[in-house]
Amino acid sequence: MNTVNLLIMVCTIYVALLFLVAFVAERSARKGRGRWLRSPVVYTLSLSIYCTAWTFYGAVGYAARSGLEYITIYLGPTIVMIGWWWVLRKLVRVGRSQRVTSIADLISSRFGKSNLLAVGVTILAVVGTTPYIALQLQSVTLSFATFADAVGQPGPGDGGRTSTALWVAFGLALFTVLFGTRNLDANERHHGVVMAIAVEAVIKLMALLAVGIFVVWGLSGGVAETLARIDASKIGHWQMDGGRWAALTFLSGAALLCLPRMFQVMVVENADEAHLRTASWAFPGYLLLMSLFVVPIAVMGLERLPPEANPDLFVLTLPLAEGQTALAILSFLGGFSSATSMVIVAALALSTMVSNHIVMPLWLRQSGTRASVSGDVRHVVLLSRRISIAAIVFLGYLYFRVSGGGAALAAIGLVSFAGLSQVLPVMIGGLYWRGATRIGALAGLTVGFALWGYTLFLPSLGTGMLMPQSLLDNGPFGLSGLRPQALFGIEGLDPLVHAVFWSLSLNAVTFLVVSLASFPAPLERLQGAQFVNALQHTTNARGWTAGAAQAEDLMVMAQRILGADEAQSFFEQEAARQSGRAARPGDLPDPNPDFLQRLERELSGSVGAATAHAMVAQIVGGASVSVRELLAVADETAQMIEYSDQLEAQSRELAATAAKLREANDKLTRLSVQKDAFLSQISHELRTPMTSIRAFSEILRDTRDVSTEEKRKYSSIIHDKSVRLTRLLDDLLDLSVLESGQVNLNLRKGTLRSALDQAVAAAAAGEEDATLVIRRDTEAEECLLETDFDRLGQVFINLIANARKYCDAASPELTIHASVQEGGEVQVDFVDNGSGIPPEARDLIFEKFSRVSPQRAGGAGLGLSICRQIMDRLGGAIDYVPGEGKTHFRVTLPSTRSGETASGKPMVTN
Amino acid sequence: MGKRVLVIEDEPNIIEAISFFLSRDGWEVFTHSNGHDALEVVDRRAPDLVILDVMLPGRSGYEILRDLRACDKWSALPVLILTARGQAKDRDMAKAACANRFMTKPFSNNDILEAVRELARP
Repeated sequence: MNTVNLLIMVCTIYVALLFLVAFVAERSARKGRGRWLRSPVVYTLSLSIYCTAWTFYGAVGYAARSGLEYITIYLGPTIVMIGWWWVLRKLVRVGRSQRVTSIADLISSRFGKSNLLAVGVTILAVVGTTPYIALQLQSVTLSFATFADAVGQPGPGDGGRTSTALWVAFGLALFTVLFGTRNLDANERHHGVVMAIAVEAVIKLMALLAVGIFVVWGLSGGVAETLARIDASKIGHWQMDGGRWAALTFLSGAALLCLPRMFQVMVVENADEAHLRTASWAFPGYLLLMSLFVVPIAVMGLERLPPEANPDLFVLTLPLAEGQTALAILSFLGGFSSATSMVIVAALALSTMVSNHIVMPLWLRQSGTRASVSGDVRHVVLLSRRISIAAIVFLGYLYFRVSGGGAALAAIGLVSFAGLSQVLPVMIGGLYWRGATRIGALAGLTVGFALWGYTLFLPSLGTGMLMPQSLLDNGPFGLSGLRPQALFGIEGLDPLVHAVFWSLSLNAVTFLVVSLASFPAPLERLQGAQFVNALQHTTNARGWTAGAAQAEDLMVMAQRILGADEAQSFFEQEAARQSGRAARPGDLPDPNPDFLQRLERELSGSVGAATAHAMVAQIVGGASVSVRELLAVADETAQMIEYSDQLEAQSRELAATAAKLREANDKLTRLSVQKDAFLSQISHELRTPMTSIRAFSEILRDTRDVSTEEKRKYSSIIHDKSVRLTRLLDDLLDLSVLESGQVNLNLRKGTLRSALDQAVAAAAAGEEDATLVIRRDTEAEECLLETDFDRLGQVFINLIANARKYCDAASPELTIHASVQEGGEVQVDFVDNGSGIPPEARDLIFEKFSRVSPQRAGGAGLGLSICRQIMDRLGGAIDYVPGEGKTHFRVTLPSTRSGETASGKPMVTN
Repeated sequence: MGKRVLVIEDEPNIIEAISFFLSRDGWEVFTHSNGHDALEVVDRRAPDLVILDVMLPGRSGYEILRDLRACDKWSALPVLILTARGQAKDRDMAKAACANRFMTKPFSNNDILEAVRELARP
């Protein structure tokens, strides 16, 4: 097997191993056994994606060319890690509490969720990162070609190189899609990716250390020898350029904070804030080890290798030149690891930004609100992520193809750093200055980005690409004060220092001034407070040392929501679960995530999920309450208000029903009382005549010397009382039939006059000696009726009989007057010339057994009750008309449909 | 001369019947037919016994009885309550008003006669 094939095979196995590591990590994370995945060591190793292929290979080249200046690349992050540890802590705290998904999300979130800012930062990140991805692809291709050349096998030609790059790009895109978008985790954590990167970090450190050890002890002959060689080489005589040194240190420090991929591993993938504490010394240690052998390798490379050899590849070419194939393969793997891990994380970070801030807003606007409620959003997000990953990696590949590789690409690293560090003023300002505004951030970023493009990026592409030499020499329109590399007449500076100085300082000043001049929107103000005060909210985020105190606080809160007993027993049960012992009163559980989740679920039953989360979060810390959560709480509250409104409506309904029932009950009670009174009345009305009958019949039976006169008188009393009893029974039965509504009406057509004629005749029968004079207007009585004439006659007879019985005038008269009303109803008035019914009795006359003057009453007092019942059945009415000092009853009959008189003339106009 | 019985009753036929068989038995019978001035009539007639109807125009028999019992002079006067309402609560009310006897209509003439004889015994 030739060496190139061996290399390819080792690479393939290595890649397969990485896939396996990622797969296993992902699986055990999903099964909840991922605790080991999230150790501080893994976190620290994942930060090592800072060391890309540019660092792995390039540092040696840098040292060979520019001496110790390469140290700045390690120095910047070290200073930030150790000295600016408090900034990082705040960044991580904010990132976790706000569930920030990327650096663009952080900036946008801080400035009132401005998507414009997010889009700006995303574009900046894509523009700044694409050349860098290209650089990684180039390093893999170049190192592979170099390896092949060195072992004397036909290396791939230009076409072969690009196809190598294409394969690598494809493989990286596949890996990132597979493990970067497996599922949508709200926290954007990717266990598989992080684990694979940690493995790669180990490989690249091992490779570099192995080459270093080989160089120092294998080639140079020991530490002392090596130091002597360094002193002898030109690196030992290197002169420090203070400005460049400071600028580079600053840039690489800023890169640690601002690079999207660094943000991804440091903030987004952070599982525990405490890991940062470990990383703050472990990561500088890692960098130290990475930089340890750079100078010896550079010195030995310069010494041993031919002058035309590319110093950027000394790490690979030195072992090759010495025939150390295994070491060379390890070295190649180190470079490969550096390149791939950078591309993977960068693609992941950028795809999140592109997808969240560009693709999704566009898609949502396109599909309207309908889509956001349906379930397919998840699908769309995943798809857009995957496409974004592929697009970003492909963009890097395209850049690699177009730029043609070479030196121009190598120089792009620092340019890219400078571009991305434009985010720094806005980021730091956002974290520490509440007065920072969205407008200020936009202005600062725009100015910084523009100046970076003008002074560094465009000139770096080489003269003639986009910027003519004349512009560089004389400035635009001959204004020498605006020369890209000598702004405002400041000349003689290194172009990088110049660009960083102007772009960042003007960026910061613009940000400051515009922020001071503008006013933040309410949401911005709120978010500003959340960001700036992030550390004050919670001093012990999920620290287990504060466990007991937190458990007590949680208990107090739970008692308020669940009630004392339920909260107590829930906490005791949980404590028993954790300890495995029987529940004991007073035990408090350890507030671990498992318990907190359970508690949250328990609480959410009472107060809703968002509120429960917010309450638990506030006590446990780690997350302060975000606006989104507050809105969710408000939403829940609204729902609860609606629910309680519904309850209120229901209780109102119940109250109404209860009132109706009470009313019905009252009515029943009243009816029952009436029934008792009625029965009592009936008893009285029946017993009274019976008393006379019995008494007189006993007299007639038991007394011997009763005169004939007396006999005749007593037997006629018995007779009268029997008749009265019979009539009373008839009336009662009649009333009962009428009241039950089971009366059969015998409807006929006829005139009112005939009805009255019959009634008058009937009333007069047997009362021949009566003095009552009845006056009628027979012409007006000629109206046609359709009714039950027997029943109507009953009413008329009753009224006439009453007049005869009760009219107290000296010569009693009854006037019967008929008239047809507008609506066609027929009114019949019965007015006598007596003194009328006293007002207090008027309400009672239609009640059963009511008699105005009992002594003179012939009937049982049921007559008017029966009349009223009859008129109800006939659809009319009978009323007493007060006010004339006479007894005045009015019978109203409903209009007959024909509305005609007996003679055929219409009585009414309608 | 027989003893004096006052019959307070609003139904003329019943007054006539009671008067008939009591006079035949030797009682001096006075009658009155409303509740308004029943007490005055008792004062004026000073009966040895009163037959009192409950349903009277003006005042009910119970009210009249209560007034009689409240008055020193008539607190021990034997009173026979007659009523056409034969329910248990009427009997209770009669007892509460301290009636000496309670009879429902229709009655047996002999029962009245025996009751009057018994109650009016000195």
